[in-house]
Amino acid sequence: MTENTPENTAPNRGMPLWVQITVWTVLVALLVVVFMGLQRAKEGNVQAGAETGEFDFTMPLFEGYEYEGAQEISLTQLRGKVVVLNFWASWCVTCKDEAIELEEAWRLYQPEGEVVFIGVDYVDTEPEARDYLETYDITYPNGPDMGTQISQAFRIQGVPETYFLDRDGVVQHVQLGPFRSTEQILNIVNSLLAE
Amino acid sequence: MKKLNISILVVIILSLFSVATVAAQGGTDEISDDEVNAIASQLFCPVCENTPLDVCETQACKQWRELIRLKLSEGSTEAEIREYFVANYGARVLSEPPPEGFSLLVYFVPPVIILAGIFILFRAFKQWQGNDEDEADDSTAEASPTSTSETNDPKDDYLARFEEELRKKD
Repeated sequence: MTENTPENTAPNRGMPLWVQITVWTVLVALLVVVFMGLQRAKEGNVQAGAETGEFDFTMPLFEGYEYEGAQEISLTQLRGKVVVLNFWASWCVTCKDEAIELEEAWRLYQPEGEVVFIGVDYVDTEPEARDYLETYDITYPNGPDMGTQISQAFRIQGVPETYFLDRDGVVQHVQLGPFRSTEQILNIVNSLLAE
Repeated sequence: MKKLNISILVVIILSLFSVATVAAQGGTDEISDDEVNAIASQLFCPVCENTPLDVCETQACKQWRELIRLKLSEGSTEAEIREYFVANYGARVLSEPPPEGFSLLVYFVPPVIILAGIFILFRAFKQWQGNDEDEADDSTAEASPTSTSETNDPKDDYLARFEEELRKKD
């Protein structure tokens, strides 16, 4: 027979068990969400070696631009080609430093059809974006990053950023910031073409 | 008289020119900064995080405010402009995220935490109040010579409380 002592018969004035379980569950869930957010922030941009198959996209092109007769371009249709994916914006000062070089490189590769340059316009306003494209006479396919889905997939940290994808859609080189010269772009693309 | 007629004609033609000029300048110029900022304050700059669009001074934000002005001059409503920004730049530009999906947490978690906090505080106050009453009872009991707890024996004290609870139940 259990003896009644003050310890085991005193009224329990703590919180009910269901409240404790709920509070702890909510706290743990919040911590998990915060942890996942921090992990994602820590990851930084997509690195060389990353497969792009998981984040395929279809981007509408600005009026006056087309790719193989279509007003949109998707990453999967470019398998078998080297892809140069350039993130830019009209409000970005350093993007202007590489605009001419990118266009120059594109014009060298365009006739062969083995390399495709794509301009992804990041959180920009269309009138200014059009002015930018006209000013630098950019002819390779360009379009807006609708809903910032492409930039989120590549987890870009800013503009300009350029991703070089090989024929299998694997990221092989990442350029953060502007290119210094056209030769720099040609060297990277040529190394991917030689593979 | 003929000279006067010519003068009137010249004045009329000049006024028509000025009206035409004003009409040509219309559009974005007719939209005030206040009208633009009323919508801009509901949006956030995705480039410089946590900065409302109406007070953001970056080139990107200036362009966005001009875009709002342009849309307003084209007759777009506030809701249409918000929709345009969400479609182009994502839901994260909204200062108040839509109550759906993951964003529901923003509306759900803070009230739950506040309610839980109130509940915990309420319980804690009640507990402290109970302790104070017990201490008061104890001191009264200690002062009374007929009290059963005059021996200061915890077991006796417990028995006294137990009997008291039984009496209350009866």
